[in-house]
Amino acid sequence: MAEGRQRIIHKYLRTTKLFPSIWCPGCGIGIFLGAFLRAIDKSGYTKDEIVLVSGIGCTGRIPTYVDFNTLHTTHGRALIFATGIKLVKPELKVIVVMGDGDAVAIGGNHFIHAARRNVEITCIVINNSIYGMTGGQLAPTTPLGLETTTSPHGNLEPSFDICRLAEAAGSVFVARSAVYHVGHMERLVGKALKKKGFSLLEIISQCPVHYGRRAGMGSAVEMMKWQMENAITEEKARKLSEEELRDKIRIGVLVDKETPTYQERLDTLQESLKEKAGAL
Amino acid sequence: MTNAELLSGNEACVKGALAAGCTFFAGYPITPSSEIAHMMAYELPRRGGIFIQMEDEIASLGAVIGASLAGAKSVTATSGPGFSLMQEHIGFASIAEVPCVVISVMRGGPSTGVPTHPSQGDVMQARWGTHGDRPAVVLAPSSVAECFGLTIEAFNLAERYRTPVIVLTDEMIAHMREKVFLPSSDEIKLVERLKPAEPPEWFVPYRDPGTGVPPMPAFGEGYRYHVTGLCHDERGYPTTRADEVEPFVRRLFRKISQDFDKLQWSETYYTEDSTLNVVAFGSVARAALRAVRDARSKGMKVGLLKLLILFPFVRRKVTQLMESSTTILVPEINMGQISREVKRVNQGKCRIETLNKVAHEPMTPHEILEKIEEIYG
Repeated sequence: MAEGRQRIIHKYLRTTKLFPSIWCPGCGIGIFLGAFLRAIDKSGYTKDEIVLVSGIGCTGRIPTYVDFNTLHTTHGRALIFATGIKLVKPELKVIVVMGDGDAVAIGGNHFIHAARRNVEITCIVINNSIYGMTGGQLAPTTPLGLETTTSPHGNLEPSFDICRLAEAAGSVFVARSAVYHVGHMERLVGKALKKKGFSLLEIISQCPVHYGRRAGMGSAVEMMKWQMENAITEEKARKLSEEELRDKIRIGVLVDKETPTYQERLDTLQESLKEKAGAL
Repeated sequence: MTNAELLSGNEACVKGALAAGCTFFAGYPITPSSEIAHMMAYELPRRGGIFIQMEDEIASLGAVIGASLAGAKSVTATSGPGFSLMQEHIGFASIAEVPCVVISVMRGGPSTGVPTHPSQGDVMQARWGTHGDRPAVVLAPSSVAECFGLTIEAFNLAERYRTPVIVLTDEMIAHMREKVFLPSSDEIKLVERLKPAEPPEWFVPYRDPGTGVPPMPAFGEGYRYHVTGLCHDERGYPTTRADEVEPFVRRLFRKISQDFDKLQWSETYYTEDSTLNVVAFGSVARAALRAVRDARSKGMKVGLLKLLILFPFVRRKVTQLMESSTTILVPEINMGQISREVKRVNQGKCRIETLNKVAHEPMTPHEILEKIEEIYG
C-alpha cells in the first residue's frame, strides 16, 4: 500500500531540482501535499490542465515542487493572479494554496473578495496559527494569550475563524480538515476540486518549530495527537453546545451551496451582448 | 484609410489598447484615470474580452499579470495613489518577465494631493518605485494622438521584451479632447510575444536564446513551468547562487539596454541653429513648443526636444543636443525629476536650467517664454 501511494506522489513531483524540500521535520505541509496529490490523481485532471498558485511563506513553496503550471506570487496575492488566469482560460483547473497569514492577514482583502466574486478557484489554506518562515511571529489565527516572537508578553488579539470568514464572504463551499486526519483531508480536497465556484478548504496543521515549542504543545507527534483528540466532525458538532465545542476543531463540510459562478454570469452577459449586436 | 475622431486622451489610450489586441482589463476607480475603466467596461465584453473591477490596485495589476500568463494581452489604468500600490507587482512582472501595460495618469501629490489637476510628480516613481534593481520602460504621450500610438507601442514593447511597460500621461492630456486620425488596423504594426519552437520536453523556460528574451508559452499550452518572484535559474526554480543570480539580473537589464539605440523616441523642433534648447515631455511639451515658436518670432535661437520615452532615457539624443547648446532648460510640473536625468548625462557640457511648478496647474507657454527670455538675457 505504502509503495503504491509513493508511486502516485512521484508521478507529480518535479525531480529536476530542489529536493529535499525547505520544510522542517515534523511540518504538516508535506503530509498535506501527499494527500493533495493523491486527490488530484483521483480527480482525473491532467497535469497540463492544472494551475497551482501560491503566495509567500512555507505553504507558498508548494508549487515549486510539483509538475503543473505553477505560479509563486507575492505575499497574500495568490487569489488575484488566480482570478486573472481563470477568467482568461476557464478550461483550466485553478488551485490556490496559502498559509494562514498569507490568506487572512496580508491577503485578507483579496480573500473576502474572491469568495464574494465566486470565480471558480479551489482555495486551500493551511493553518498552523503562526508565521513559520519568518520566525514564529503572531498571526491573525494565533490564539489569545500565546507568547510569540512579536507577542513576547502574550497575544492581545482575538483570532480569526477562517471558515466562518469565508462563509460570511459568500464562499459556496467551506470545509475543514486536519493533517492528522489524512484520509479525511484527501477526500475533502477531492470534494473541493469538484465544486463549481469559489471553494475554501482549511487544513489545520502544525508548526512544531515555532508553535509547538512556544505554546508548550511539544513535538510534531504531540501536536498531531492534539489534532486527533480535539477534532470533531461537523455532524457531531451540530448536536453540542457552544461550551462543549470550545477548543474543538470542527472538521468536515461546513457549507455546500449552489450559486451561479462569475463565469456563468459572464457567459450570460456575453451571449446577450452578441444577441443585441445581431439584432442591430 | 483613416478615421477622424474627437477623443480624450483617456479614450485614445483605450482605443490604442484595443487596437493592440488587448483582451483583458482589471482596474480600480481613481481620478483622473477612471474613464479608461468606464470605456473598457463597455467595450471589452462586447468583443469577447474581460473587464473586471478589482478590490484595489494591488489586485488589479495582479489579475493583469495572471491574465498575461494565461496568454492575454492585458492592461490596467490608475493614478498616483493607485500607482504607488501597483509598485509591488511592477517588480513581480519585471522579475517574472510577464508582459503587461500600466497606464498611469499623473495627478497632484504626494498622497491624495490634488486629484483633479495635472502633475508630473511620478516620473521617478515610474523609474524607481518598486524595490530592487530592474530596468524600466516608461512612455510619455503629449497629445491625444500620441496616447493612441504610444499605448500600442507600450503593448509592443511589453511583448517584445517580456516586461511591464508604463504609459505615463497626466490629467491634462487625459481629459482634453482633440481631433485625431486613427490608422486602420492594417496600418498598425503589432508585436506578439515569442512562443517556444521546441517541444515541451526540451523547453527550458528562462534560457537566454541570445536575444535576452526567452520565449513564453501560456499556461495550459502543454509547457508546464514554474513562475516565481524569487530570483530563479534557467528552469525557473528559486536560486540564491551568485553564479545564477548575477547573470539573471544582468540579463533583465541587457535585454533592454542592448536596444537603447532603437529606443531614442523623441522629436526635435527648431534645433538646426538653436543654442538654448528646451527638453520637455507630456503636457508641458505642448506649452514649450508654443513658447519656443514665440521666442523664435522674437529672434531668439531656441529649440525643443520633446521626449516620447522617459526610460530608458534618450541619452544619445540629449547629449547630441548638448553639443550645440549653451543652455538646456527643463520645465516640469514637479520639483525637478526628468531634469535630474538631463543633469546626469550632461557631465559639464552645458548649463542646465530648470523651471518648476507644483501648484499642479498646467505649465503655460507664457511661463516658459519668460524663463527663456530671462536666460537669453
